[in-house]
Amino acid sequence: MKRREFIEKTAAGTALLSLGLSLSSFETNDIKHLTVLHTNDVHSHIDPFPADDPRNPNKGGVSRRAALIETIRKENPNVLLLDAGDIFQGTPYFNYYGGELEFKLMSMMKYDASTIGNHDFDNGLDGLYAQMPHASFDFICSNYDFKNTIMNGLVKPYKIFNKNGIKVGVFGLGIELDGLVDKKMYKETVYNNPVEIAQDMTQLLKKEEKCDLVICLSHLGYKYKDDATRICDLKLAELTQDIDLIIGGHTHTFLDKPTIVKNKAGEDVLVNQVGCYGINLGRIDFYFNRNKSHTNQGKSIIV
Amino acid sequence: MVKLKKYNGFLKLFVIFLTLFFVFSCSQKNYNLTKIEGKQLPVTEKDNQTREIENFIKPYRDHINEDLDNILAYCPETLDKSTGKWQTSIGNLMADICLQKGNHIFKAREKKEIDLCLLNHGGIRAILPKGNVTTRTAFEIMPFENNLVVLALKGDQILEMTSYIIKEKKPHPLSGMTFTISKDNTAKNIQIQGKPLDTSRTYYIATNDYLANGGDSMNFFLKSIQKYDLNYKLRNVLIDYFKEVDTIPVPKDIRITEE
Repeated sequence: MKRREFIEKTAAGTALLSLGLSLSSFETNDIKHLTVLHTNDVHSHIDPFPADDPRNPNKGGVSRRAALIETIRKENPNVLLLDAGDIFQGTPYFNYYGGELEFKLMSMMKYDASTIGNHDFDNGLDGLYAQMPHASFDFICSNYDFKNTIMNGLVKPYKIFNKNGIKVGVFGLGIELDGLVDKKMYKETVYNNPVEIAQDMTQLLKKEEKCDLVICLSHLGYKYKDDATRICDLKLAELTQDIDLIIGGHTHTFLDKPTIVKNKAGEDVLVNQVGCYGINLGRIDFYFNRNKSHTNQGKSIIV
Repeated sequence: MVKLKKYNGFLKLFVIFLTLFFVFSCSQKNYNLTKIEGKQLPVTEKDNQTREIENFIKPYRDHINEDLDNILAYCPETLDKSTGKWQTSIGNLMADICLQKGNHIFKAREKKEIDLCLLNHGGIRAILPKGNVTTRTAFEIMPFENNLVVLALKGDQILEMTSYIIKEKKPHPLSGMTFTISKDNTAKNIQIQGKPLDTSRTYYIATNDYLANGGDSMNFFLKSIQKYDLNYKLRNVLIDYFKEVDTIPVPKDIRITEE
């Protein structure tokens, strides 16, 4: 009898609790809002450009970027903050501290993840490894295999972020190192074909893990005018499917607005890059609806 | 079995409830993307600074500034890479310094001597201004992380090198070699370390790793027989030299002449 009573009570309790939870979740807003903020090729530009700089006077600066990010977080706490690589190299901050300050400041700004750029190898794998304790964010790169290097286990092939109930799958793609980075710097790091890896990643993130959003952090470069066969973000977008956003870097491309590319399945992919040196912060807002009547409704893209 | 029957009704309800619960929970997990808005936010002086971040950066910045502003030498006049058709005083100086400093290492490691040094005009990124020379000056002139390398080249490649210089019409930094551009735009009277070019000989040439890998289309460097990386950054070559001298010499000697 005791056992029966226990089961009944527990079941009834669970039932009530579950009902309550279900009801309460129905009451919440039907629209979820995720803000993706991103930088690329900051190249150790911690201080703003001086007022007399011929190209970028008074632009950039980590302290101002941090304030801008903080303002946006107050407006919508549901933020994913990402970097597309080349954090290192460009000012004496890197020469003197080897990237320590860059990583510490990105941690303070609560970056969620970064991919790895070619210049992040500038102090060799050992130099990158030495700075890893200063980063509280994740390094994500899917097509570099660090298995036989000191970086083994420190770089994730992908990560799924749960942002207020929205499942965001992020994977990363690095540029071919041979000919660009001295072999003595990248050592036994293996570069794998980015298109093939992207296909594996989207299969995993969209089909198996059922992410609501898939983001590719790429350091492949936006486009190569003089080498049409070379893989770049625009080509990657065309050759794959199930990627919603490609955040790019490497080519220091300043775009007026994100580029919309049709993917293999004829769907729209957003490709963005915000120049370099922390002069700009990219902002992409995603609105999700879980009302079933919207299932077959297309998405609107305002850029 | 008898006992189980008693629970059947309840179990059924429970299973139905669980099923419904999971259906609801699953449907909640799938969101439809309905709208995307993208824009670029410029980071400008209109944005406030973050006190916490500013305070954090300050000691790093102060340390770097103190070090960069450390006076290493004195420069008696401004050396500018834009004054000179076939050579400039700053180019001459940089090539002389690389040859001299590189030789210390090359001699010690390989028991050989560097014959000449060729760098690229584009690699000089700032002027060497009159007055105090600091570490910052070295960073401005040479912001890149390029290493000094020594390449073993056959005499034939020296001829390719002179043709390249004549064709490019740029005052590429050169040390250890002199030649004359004849009226038909070919090199003659090529002297290396004061001796006429011997095409059958192997010469050791100091340059930076960027050029050694064929940068700026200096393809003759790709034909090198051997490459020695001195693991010595060009900027550090400059800094070490500035520390050694009190007053910077201004080498105005003519290395490439036109007939």
